[in-house]
Order: sequence, then C-alpha cells, then structure tokens
Amino acid sequence: MEKFVTLTSTVVPLPIENVDTDQIIPARFLKATNKEGFGDNLFADWRYNKDGSPKTNFILNNPAYGGSILVAGKNFGSGSSREHAAWAIDGYGFKVVVSSFFADIFKNNALNNGVLPVVVSAEFLAEIFNEANKDPKLTLTVDLENQTITNNADGKSESFEINSYKKECLLKGLDDIDYLLSKKELIEQYEASKK
Amino acid sequence: MSKTLFDKIWDAHVVSTVENGPTQLYIDRHFCHEVTSPQAFNGLRARGLRVFRPELTTMTADHNTPTIDQDKPVKDPISRNQLDTFAKNAAEFNMPLYYPLGHQKNGVVHIIGPENGFTQPGMTIVCGDSHTSTHGAFGAIAFGIGTSEVEMVLATQCVLQTRPKTMRINYNGKLGKGVTAKDLALYTISKLTTGGATGYFVEYAGEAIRNMTMEERMTVCNLSIEMGARGGMIAPDETTFKYVKGREFAPKGAEWDKKLAYWKTLKSDEGAKFDLELDFDAADIQPMITYGTNPGMGMGILESIPTIDQVDEASRISFQKSLDYMGFQPGEQLLGKPIDYVFLGSCTNGRIEDFRVFANYVKGKKKADNVVAWLVPGSWGVEKQIREEGLLDILTEAGFNLRQPGCSACLAMNDDKVPAGKYAVSTSNRNFEGRQGPGARTILAGPLVAAAAAITGKITDPRV
Repeated sequence: MEKFVTLTSTVVPLPIENVDTDQIIPARFLKATNKEGFGDNLFADWRYNKDGSPKTNFILNNPAYGGSILVAGKNFGSGSSREHAAWAIDGYGFKVVVSSFFADIFKNNALNNGVLPVVVSAEFLAEIFNEANKDPKLTLTVDLENQTITNNADGKSESFEINSYKKECLLKGLDDIDYLLSKKELIEQYEASKK
Repeated sequence: MSKTLFDKIWDAHVVSTVENGPTQLYIDRHFCHEVTSPQAFNGLRARGLRVFRPELTTMTADHNTPTIDQDKPVKDPISRNQLDTFAKNAAEFNMPLYYPLGHQKNGVVHIIGPENGFTQPGMTIVCGDSHTSTHGAFGAIAFGIGTSEVEMVLATQCVLQTRPKTMRINYNGKLGKGVTAKDLALYTISKLTTGGATGYFVEYAGEAIRNMTMEERMTVCNLSIEMGARGGMIAPDETTFKYVKGREFAPKGAEWDKKLAYWKTLKSDEGAKFDLELDFDAADIQPMITYGTNPGMGMGILESIPTIDQVDEASRISFQKSLDYMGFQPGEQLLGKPIDYVFLGSCTNGRIEDFRVFANYVKGKKKADNVVAWLVPGSWGVEKQIREEGLLDILTEAGFNLRQPGCSACLAMNDDKVPAGKYAVSTSNRNFEGRQGPGARTILAGPLVAAAAAITGKITDPRV
C-alpha cells in the first residue's frame, strides 16, 4: 500500500447526500477479476450519456475542477460492501474523500486502499462547498500526522479522527494482512482453546 | 457484569486487541461469491499464501449468474470469465464447499447458508456482501466486508474490526393483518434514515420479533445495513433451534446437546447497557413502499410523499434530485399509480415464506397484462419446496412462472434489468438510482404489496 503523509490539492465538490456505492461504481462494472480500470467508470451513470459521451453538467466533466480531493455530501459510500468503489475512487486519482459522515464499510475499504476518509463538521463542509463554488482553485491541506484539515481560502482548520493503528498503517504504507499474518501463532492458540 | 447478546459473542471471538486500535476477531464461517472474491484470491497468489482454513469458507455463485438456461454456457463472456475464475480459485485452493451454477446447493449466499445449517447461533460470520447481516437472525454476529478483508479471512480466518456501539430496538405488541417483516424493516429505516444506525450493531427485540418465523427474522436482519448498521441480530430461541436442528451442517448427537446448552445462554442479560435503545409500537406499522432513491425514503402505502417544506433545508437538493429521478412530485400519493415490473426474490425476500405469501394472495386471481413479473427463488432448495408445496401450480394458474435461483434483478448484474423509466415494485433491498438497470425506477415493498401490484398493475393496498 502507498504511504500517505500530507496532501495539498484543489478539490472536486460533489454536494450530494447519501452517495451510494451503486453510484460510485454501478454493478454492471463489477465483472472484472482484477483491481485495475475502475477509475474510468467512477460515477459512470452521472458522468456519461448512454452513448458514452460525457454529461457536461457533471462535475468530473467540468474542466475548471480537478485534483486529488473529493468533497461529498453527508453519508458518503452507503450501500453495498463492494471494494470496487474504493478502487474506482483511487483509480481515478483521489487520495482523500472529505464528508461530514461516511458509511462504515466504505470507510474501511477506503483505508485498506490508502484512500483517507476525512470527517469534518457540517459547517466546515458547507464552507468548502461555498468556497469551491466561488473559486475552483480552492485548495485544502490534509495533514495526517497532525490529523488536521485546512481550508486554504480562509485558513480555517479542523482536526479529524482516525484510530492510531490505522494512522500508523497509512503513514508507513502497511496493510492489515501483514499484521494478521504476524499473529498466526495467536490464531492457532485461539483455535486450540475452542476445541 | 451484565452483557448484551452482542458482547457475549464478540468477547468469545477476540484473538487479540491492537493497542489503541481494532480487535482481531476470529471468524467461524466465511461465505464467498464470485464478484467480491477474485481479487482476494489474486492477493493470496501474489503473497504466495494458501487458504488457512478452507473448510470454514462456503462458496456459491449467485450475483453474476443468469436466471434462465443455467444448464447452458453463460452468454456474456465477461460474466463467464468471472464464473470460470471462481471455479479455478476453488480448485487451486482446494476449497471443499464450492457450489457452482447448477449444483443443488447453489443459490443466493444468504439463503443457502441458513438452509444448509452453516449458519448457527453464537457464530461470527462474514462475507464480501453487505447483506451478510441476514445471518444475525440466528443470534450471530454477521457483517459484510470488503475484498481486502476477504483476503484476510482466507489467509488467517480473522479480520480487524473496531468494536461498534450497540443499539436495541424493541417492537412492542403485534403486527397488524397484512403487515410483513419487510414492512417492519422499511418502517424502521424510514424512521432512522439510511445512515441513522451507522456505527451501531442492532439487536431487534420485543413481542413482534419473537412472534416471527426464522424467514421473517432474516428479512429484518437483512435490511440492517440499509440504515447504516454494521449488522443486526436477534436472540436465538426455540424457533431458532427448531429451524437449525437436522440441517446438513448443523451439529448432531452429543455435539448438538452441548451447543444447544450454550446457545440458550445467548441473550442480553437483564440490565445490560446499550448505547442507544429505541421503542416502536408494532401496531403503528402499515404496509410500506419507498418513493425515493434510498431505502430510508419510505412511507405507509396510504401516505403521501413529503412536501419540500417537510424536508431539512440541507437535504432539499438531494430530495428533489431523487424525486426527479423517480418521476414523482413532492406531496404526491402513490396509491393507484401504474407500475410495469414486479420482482419477487433476493436475499431479502427470496425464501419459501415469501413465495407462500405471494402465492396465497394471487391464488385464483390473474396477473395484470401490463406487468412483467420476475419470480426468482433464492435457491434450488426454495425452488424444490415451492414445487412440493403446490405453490408452483397456484402461480402458474395465475399467469406467473418461476425463474432459476440467483440475485437477479436485485442488482441487475445479469440480464434481468428493468428498462429505463419503468417502475418496478421490488421485494429486494435497494432503490438506488440505476440499481435494477440504468434509469430503472424501484419501489421497494414486501411480498404482499408486490403480489397486489402484480395482480392490479398498480400500487395497491393488499389489505383491501
């Protein structure tokens, strides 16, 4: 897994609530047997017309906006457990998703792919949408070590939560499976105790 | 100290706790399907690992499978490749419990698990599918995981999980006539909203839950994720034990007696503390339908869609976007609205009881000409029972036919897609935009409302 330390980037604002994983990556794209290429179909039904041409009113097709931080309305990633949603977001080039609320499974999946979900207050989120609407060049800075996110338009900053184990994993680029494999002996002891 | 049902099972499965971090939890049963597992097996290969406990994983193909002509080669080459990959992985990793298309134990993962006795009280159960919460109906901790976690379970039989908060929802009194378990669940989600139980594991309790069959309890627990909960569970009782006993993979003989004695201890102690406790009166629950594009946007069948001023200001744009997609107006009543498709099936309502309810309603009536009806049993086991109980004759007489088992139009990965702009009354679990096909408009409901819609061709109160 790639390391994550700090990031300053322009943002892609998506002020929609309850963006579910079927919108992030529709089920018909889940037929692949590897992790590559999902970024091309990120938000496919909002992004493309039936004939494959881009829908000009969708934010990913607006050339004024870009960057590696996606900012979305509350309850982002609800619905299915498909990790393809995290692969699509990562594959498109987003490293951070900012929202006031995330669905549980999506949050885990994102972290397991080195994509950092950052929970901010509803006010902070509204401010980002407001600023980004006025100025597509707005940047945010996400500092994982200090667990802060800064809106560089007004300099306002908020701290965000992440458990120290997951933080360590992201900072060092380690994944859970490395940890679990190192605990094989404990697992066998557990099994023996249940016999 | 008094413990909740959740605490008892969780504590019995802790292998270790990471300092200031998650718990390493041992998994008793892993269910695996063709869509969320190939990348996990690839991961094992890349790391040179074998599957740690192959006998604890049950594999079935269900999400990306056709519901007709299953004996013929799958037409779509990409789908066929995914199924072939599943078969290859099962063979290469010596997986003993592999049920491909056509196998008599094949079917929707959350239906074949309980049906064959894999699902038992007190277990920890995971699957790369968010509706794994279904198995909580047996008094198990069951939850959906991502593919990275599927790989962890295959490699170590463990996952790392943060301990969720606990919630208990009590349903006092009895459900009214014509009100199903699905209605109870949709009612609850409409009250809590689609994210309202995020971070919690929910225990369902109270008289209305106790009176339910196992099939009904599975429907309730299945939908826990639709309010954001990590999972849902119901304390096991005689109904549970009777269901499990004698199933192929259930304990037998002395082992059964030992397990049963333990299972009887699996209930929340008197005075156990929950982070949140809610109470509902079962009598308040009406047959439900959804009007929007998430399962929290539900209402009683006689009610009207909220008006704009009844919606939170911050949520108005999303609300309007949702109604625009559905082709509905704020404040509109949906009773009598013509519909085009009816889907009976899925891990939510694809069990024998759902077919009994549906068949009982349509008996002696005729399917509306304007309705395309897809009746998809959850497994070959359910299909066999439909025939044996004579339900197939009733359904055929009323103008319906049965398809072959699978997830089908619930997520429309196969050809069972509702065309753009068409309305489907669906017994499945999600009404997201495009869920049943690009542009499809889904109205979630229970099997009884679905039966009434199939007969009249419009949204109909099944009680009249």
